[in-house]
Amino acid sequence: MNLVLHVWRQAGPKLPGRFERYEARNVNEHMSFLEMLDVVNQGLLQAGHDPIAFEHDCREGICGSCGFVINGSPHGPLGDTTVCQLHLRHFQNGDELWIEPWRAKAFPVVKDLVVDRNAFDRIIQAGGYISVRTGSAPDANAIPVRKENAERAMDAAACIGCGACVAACPNGSAMLFTAAKVAHLALLPQGQPERLQRVLGMVEQMDQDGFGNCTNHGACEAACPKGISIDFIAQLNRDWVRAALSYAPHEAAEGAI
Amino acid sequence: MELRANVPDGPIEQKWDRHRVELKLVNPANKRKYDVIVVGSGLAGASAAATLGELGYNVRCFCFQDSARRAHSIAAQGGINAAKNYQNDGDSVFRLFYDTIKGGDFRSREANVYRLAQISVNIIDQCVAQGVPFAREYGGLLANRSFGGAQVSRTFYARGQTGQQLLLGAYQALSRQIAAGKVAMYPRTEMLDVIAIDGRARGIVVRDLVTGKVSSHVAHAVVLASGGYANVYYLSTNAKGCNVTATWRAYKRGAAFANPCFTQIHPTCIPHSGDYQSKLTLMSESLRNDGRIWVPQRAGDTRPPGEIPDAERDYYLERIYPSFGNLAPRDISSRRAKELVDAGHGVGPLKNGVYLDFRDPIARLGRGEIAERYGNLFEMYERITGENPYEVPMRIYPAPHYVMGGLWVDYNLMTTVSGLFVIGEANFSDHGANRLGASALMQGLADGYFVLPYTIGDYLAGQRFDQVDDRHAACRDTEREVGQRVNRLLSAKGSRTVDGVHRELGALLREKCGMARNAAGLQEALRTIPELRERFWREVRVTGSGAEFNQELEKAGRVADFLEFGELMCQDALQREESCGGHFREEYQTPDGEALRDDERFAYVAAWEYAGAGNPARLNREPLTFESVHLTQRSYQ
Repeated sequence: MNLVLHVWRQAGPKLPGRFERYEARNVNEHMSFLEMLDVVNQGLLQAGHDPIAFEHDCREGICGSCGFVINGSPHGPLGDTTVCQLHLRHFQNGDELWIEPWRAKAFPVVKDLVVDRNAFDRIIQAGGYISVRTGSAPDANAIPVRKENAERAMDAAACIGCGACVAACPNGSAMLFTAAKVAHLALLPQGQPERLQRVLGMVEQMDQDGFGNCTNHGACEAACPKGISIDFIAQLNRDWVRAALSYAPHEAAEGAI
Repeated sequence: MELRANVPDGPIEQKWDRHRVELKLVNPANKRKYDVIVVGSGLAGASAAATLGELGYNVRCFCFQDSARRAHSIAAQGGINAAKNYQNDGDSVFRLFYDTIKGGDFRSREANVYRLAQISVNIIDQCVAQGVPFAREYGGLLANRSFGGAQVSRTFYARGQTGQQLLLGAYQALSRQIAAGKVAMYPRTEMLDVIAIDGRARGIVVRDLVTGKVSSHVAHAVVLASGGYANVYYLSTNAKGCNVTATWRAYKRGAAFANPCFTQIHPTCIPHSGDYQSKLTLMSESLRNDGRIWVPQRAGDTRPPGEIPDAERDYYLERIYPSFGNLAPRDISSRRAKELVDAGHGVGPLKNGVYLDFRDPIARLGRGEIAERYGNLFEMYERITGENPYEVPMRIYPAPHYVMGGLWVDYNLMTTVSGLFVIGEANFSDHGANRLGASALMQGLADGYFVLPYTIGDYLAGQRFDQVDDRHAACRDTEREVGQRVNRLLSAKGSRTVDGVHRELGALLREKCGMARNAAGLQEALRTIPELRERFWREVRVTGSGAEFNQELEKAGRVADFLEFGELMCQDALQREESCGGHFREEYQTPDGEALRDDERFAYVAAWEYAGAGNPARLNREPLTFESVHLTQRSYQ
């Protein structure tokens, strides 16, 4: 099959970018989208041109490295799929595709389709963890966890940090990413002691890094390649309100949380 | 070169405890005076960097990915072993130790493996405390499943994403230390050399992958946690960025490289489908718990699987290994699949796979139960192949997946270069000639959380250090060498792409130094690789410059190192005139086609020493002695 690609090319963060037209000829329906770009890049290299820069690593849909927008959809048209796991059998011969990087204030372009997502790391650093020193843990079965809670925590923890939610959101909000980590830890007994300061810290960092607010569009959930539910945002909001009203850093909490 | 393993005296079950008492300590107030560099942020690197930061050291952690959370540990699916015996099925530290050392075909260091089994229980505790959402039973306690090479159920798991969840646990611990100012994280930064001063590792030279700037980082000790080299085969299940560069550069600065020919070809991967293929995808070995592996009895049978009656199917693992059946270890399962495909029993459009069939377990347990156990794996399979494994059997074939070889380390995980430590897959120590499933995650975290943080303190406390900064002549010289290499790659301006050469190297090594090897093939590879390397340097075309984000240049540097490393791998495979684990020399097999070990001649670790450009590497041997186990032929029948 043959495809026509319009790919965003941008040499650096502060430089102007533009769409360039390429043809992917005689590509195979079993190829992944990234393998198709590999073929295009080999052609560019043979002709002495700079290949298209795009982020990728595991190509199994789990590392979260890859991701760009195809015809307006983050990770392309197929639901619950990263672009590395998107195969050409989901396209038609002759399709014309516009390929561009995540567009968000908090994700500056590094080159072509590659963006800087360090802001996500900073959100985790602002409290997305349980403070437990190596060696200080009790026996793993000392604290039973309801199976349903463990499963629900796993649903949230499945986030791969790719940034599609931010790219999909008209506000460039990182609420789904942040909520997934807040909910994962809030659903487990181990996460309770720091639950309130965690949500406050992570939301504050999110604001500082220039992510927008959540206005319940739901585009994030639709774009998420791991199917992370928008319900977690509701949970984040509940925790945040409770924390904002009741969290006092230097006072003991009343009763059990 | 002298190889001192530094294994402590005493009975095996007391060695580590005694050693910990004997190790020198760094006073808590003094820890902040020491700088430690960690290269890599996978399970080993992230857990080590976080733990060293908690202890009070000043840590700098480097990774080539855009975030520490992307390291390839994240792709591990199946699980992590621990001798918790929560199932009351007879597990113990000794049994895990024995299974691991037997699984490795008695080519690993006994004391290290025992320590690994001991520490396994602490890892699970640590990860649960961090909030890793392991699978649980209805009573709220942890669930287990069984895995290849074991007859007990000791594998802890988080759906098919165990590596992801363990890595995120370590990444979150690392993030806490970054926030606390104890770890400085350098993403998109690739280590390109080790700085050695007065015979000790004192830092690294790195290239900033965004700006291209080459610079030195000086420290009191350097820890490599840079993963394995399975991408030498080009097609493997490893992430595209996985490479040998950090360990190979260290080798060229004096660190011995141990058992490079010990590579693992994982039996359950999706067969390749065309020339454009960029990587292979693993389907978790846990699928073998329920799935049944078979091929048509008649070679060349092209009927669809549903039309082949049971009587005309060969469930070959169940037939040959009745007691382990479909859970036979990886090396053995892979080899049997290769033999049958080579003999014309292969299935699928390219006749390059075997079936992994869920018809019977679906009938027995129901589709819902199978979906709960393997749903995400089934989805992944369908996404890649366009086939629904609930309806038609999966097609699988072995693919390079993991490497047991790596830099030689002593019991303290230090290489033959003082102050240079290696942890996780990058070292050679614990898996011998074959790694059992669910043991890689265990080893990475054991090294990073519980071994290195103790042993590095002993090293630091026993040394006196001169004040060194990045203006030292050794830093300048190493930076210059790195810069020259980068420029050489850019200046060839030839006609071949980096990937083109890499594919050629990979195809050669899969054929000559893959699942089966023989002397003639290895000698041919040893003639061909230097020619290919020469052509690479003459004909490669890398566009762009060194002073920018240049992915082609990154790849070129890594492939240049694979082209040197591949030769050492073949040299090692040639000298080891026996078959053991994943190293199968066709000349050395039992009448029924199993690996034939030669303990008289080859019960040693082959540690290769760099002897300068153009000279053959020198072989050093660390004899392996076994006090607690009796060497037997591995039998899984």
